[in-house]
Amino acid sequence: MANIMYWEAIQRAHDEEMARDPLVICMGEDIGVAGGTYKATKGLYEKYGPLRVMDTPISEGGFTGLGIGASFLGVRPVIEIMSVNFAWLAMDQMFNSAAKVRYMSGGQLTAPCVFRSAGGAAHQLGAQHSARMEKVFMGIAGLRVVTPSNPKQAYGLLKSAIRCDDPVFINEHELMYNMKGEVPDGEYFHPLEGSEIARSGTDVTLFGYNISVHWCLKAAEILDKQYGISAEVVDLYSLSPLDRAGIKTSVSKTHRAVIAEEDEAPVGVGSEVIAIINEECFFELDAAPVRVHSALVPQPYNHTLEKAAIPDHEDVVKAVLKLFGKA
Amino acid sequence: MKIEDKKRVLREMVLHRRFEERCYQAYIERKIGGFLHLYPGQEACCNGVMEAARPGHDYVITGYRDHVHAIKCGADPKAVMAELYGKETGSSKGRGGSMHIFDGDKRFMGGYALVGGPFPLAAGIAKAIQLKGGDEIAICFLGDAANNQGVFHETLNMAALWKLPVLFVCENNLYGIGTSIERSTAVVHQHKRVAAYNIPADECDGQDIEIVYEAARKAVDHVRSGNGPYFLELMTYRYRGHSMSDSRGYRSREEEELWKQRDPIFILRDRLIKDGAMTMADFEALEKETDAYIENEVIKFAEESPEPRVEDLEKYVFADRATQLPWLTGKAA
Ligand SMILES: Cc1ncc(C[n+]2csc(CCOP(=O)(O)OP(=O)(O)O)c2C)c(N)n1
Ligand SMILES: [Mg+2]
Repeated sequence: MANIMYWEAIQRAHDEEMARDPLVICMGEDIGVAGGTYKATKGLYEKYGPLRVMDTPISEGGFTGLGIGASFLGVRPVIEIMSVNFAWLAMDQMFNSAAKVRYMSGGQLTAPCVFRSAGGAAHQLGAQHSARMEKVFMGIAGLRVVTPSNPKQAYGLLKSAIRCDDPVFINEHELMYNMKGEVPDGEYFHPLEGSEIARSGTDVTLFGYNISVHWCLKAAEILDKQYGISAEVVDLYSLSPLDRAGIKTSVSKTHRAVIAEEDEAPVGVGSEVIAIINEECFFELDAAPVRVHSALVPQPYNHTLEKAAIPDHEDVVKAVLKLFGKA
Repeated sequence: MKIEDKKRVLREMVLHRRFEERCYQAYIERKIGGFLHLYPGQEACCNGVMEAARPGHDYVITGYRDHVHAIKCGADPKAVMAELYGKETGSSKGRGGSMHIFDGDKRFMGGYALVGGPFPLAAGIAKAIQLKGGDEIAICFLGDAANNQGVFHETLNMAALWKLPVLFVCENNLYGIGTSIERSTAVVHQHKRVAAYNIPADECDGQDIEIVYEAARKAVDHVRSGNGPYFLELMTYRYRGHSMSDSRGYRSREEEELWKQRDPIFILRDRLIKDGAMTMADFEALEKETDAYIENEVIKFAEESPEPRVEDLEKYVFADRATQLPWLTGKAA
C-alpha cells in the first residue's frame, strides 16, 4: 500500500492504462505541457507525446465531441473538463452522442470514453466556478456516473472506467486532489456499480458520496463519542446506477436515514435515495429520512455567505439529532 | 468518370430518388412515423463525393437527412426501409428511426439529429484514423445551416491544428428548414468562412455529378495524402419540404421549377443519351425496374419483418452486462 494523494492516484491510473494500450489517450485544456490544472496528468505529455496527450483549445463542445467520435473506432479517450461548470458546453455531445449512440444504432456503435471533471465548491470561487452537477449527469440513460471519495477509489474507478465499454462520467472534487490515502501497490479495479460501507453502525445510516462521505465519517465519530449513537456511513461512489440493494440493506438494519450532499436539494442524490428507500424498504423506517444539502442559491463569493450555503459535518450531526428527537 | 461508372451511378441515383419518394408515400399511409427528411434534388452531392471516395472503407457521418448516404455506403435498402418501419430487422433494429440510420460494418457512422453535432464526431473519427495509421478518411456531410453552430468553428480549428484526415462536405441547399440562407447567415458562400482556419476550400455546382466528382477527387486526394482537412461546398436544392409538415411557404414555386430544370438525374441521363450510352426507353425501363425492386423486395421486407420485442426495451442502453463484469462488480466474469 502506498500513501498517495488523490491527484497522484488519478495520474497513476492514466499512466498504467496508457502504457498498456496505445489507444488510451487523454485530452483537455492544459493537461499536457502544463501538466494539468490539478496535476492529474502530470508527466504524461513527456512520456506519451502530443498525439496521445492532447492540449485542446478552449472548445468544450468541440473536443468532447472529438473524443467521443474517436471512441467509436475503439480509441479510449479520457477527456478532462477543467471544471464541471464548463461541462454545460460539452453536455450536448456527452448526452446526445455518447450516451445515446449505442441505443440509437441498435448496438452497432459504442462510445467507450471517460469524462473526468472537477466538481464541488472550493473556496470563494463564486457562482460560475462552484457548481455541483452530479444531479444533471445521473439522470441520463446510457451514461454511468461515479464519484471517488478517496485516492483508492480515484485510482480504481478511473482504471475500470477506461476498461468499461460504456461512457463514464467521473465527478471529482476541487478540494480533494491533495487528500492522501492508501492505494494498493498492485493493479486494482474498483467496481463501477454498488456502494461501500465506510463505517458500520446500527442506529442510523448516513449516505454520502465524494466529499460528503467525509462529513458523514466525521459526524459519525461525534455522534458515537458525544451522543452514543451508532451511525453507519454508506459511500455511494456510483451515482448512476445507484445501489438499490445496498441502500435497502443498510436502511433495513438501521431503520433511519440521512442523506448528505453538497449539491442543492431539488432533483438530486438525496431525493433519489429517498425514492429508492420508499420503493425498497419503506416499512423498515422508524423515522422520515432527512436530507442535508446546499442552499438553492448561486454560490456567493463572500466567505460567510459561502459557508452558510454549503453544509458540513455539523449539519449532518444536527440532522441525526433531530431524527432522534434530541435537538 | 468512365461511362460504365456513369451508368452504374445513374442506376443508384434512380434508386435513391425512388426510395425516397416511396418513403413519402409510406409516411402518408402512416407506415413511417416521426420526422422524415427526404433527399430528392441533392443526389449528385452524396453520389459525386462517394464516387471519389471509397464507400465501405472511408468513414461517413451525417445529419438526419441520411437514408441515401447510408445506402451509398453500402447499407441494404431493405434494412433502411425496415428501420423507417420501426422493425427489428432495421439497420438500427428499430431503435433509431429515419434520423438515426447506422451501418457499422459499412462504416456509415450514423445520422444525428442535433444540427452540427456530427462535426466534432467526424474530427474524432479522423483522430482515431490518425492514431491507428490507416489510409481511410472521415467524411462529414452536413447542411449549410449547420455551419452556424459553434462546434463548426471549434471543429475546423482542431481539424486544422492537428491535421486530421477529414473532409467536410457542405450540401448548401439554401435553406435551414424555412429560413433562407440570406436571412440566417452573413456569408452565403460557406467555403469563404473556412479560409480563416487555413483549410483549403472549394465550391461547385452540386447538381452535375461529374462536376461534383472532379471537385471531390481533388478534395479526397488532399485529405488522403495526409494534408489535413478540406472543405467542399456543393450548391444544391431540396425539392420537397424540410420534413413532412412543410408547405414551403418561404419560397416560390418558380424558384423550385428553376432548380428542377437542373435535376441531377436528368443531367446525367441526358448526357448518357447524348453520348449514345443509353436511350430514353432504357431509362424508363430502369425506373420501372427500380420501382418493382422497391415494391417487391424493399417494402415487402419492411412490411413482413417483426417488431422489436417489448422485453428488449432496455437492450442496447449499456454494453452487454456479462462482458463488463470485471469493471462493474470488481469480479472477473
Ligand atoms: C441543435 C438543433 N437545433 C435545431 C434543430 C431543428 N432543425 C432541424 S434541421 C434544421 C435546419 C438545418 O438546416 P441545414 O443544416 O441547412 O440542413 P438541411 O436540412 O437543409 O439539409 C433545424 C433548425 C435541431 N435538430 N438541432
Ligand atoms: Mg440547408
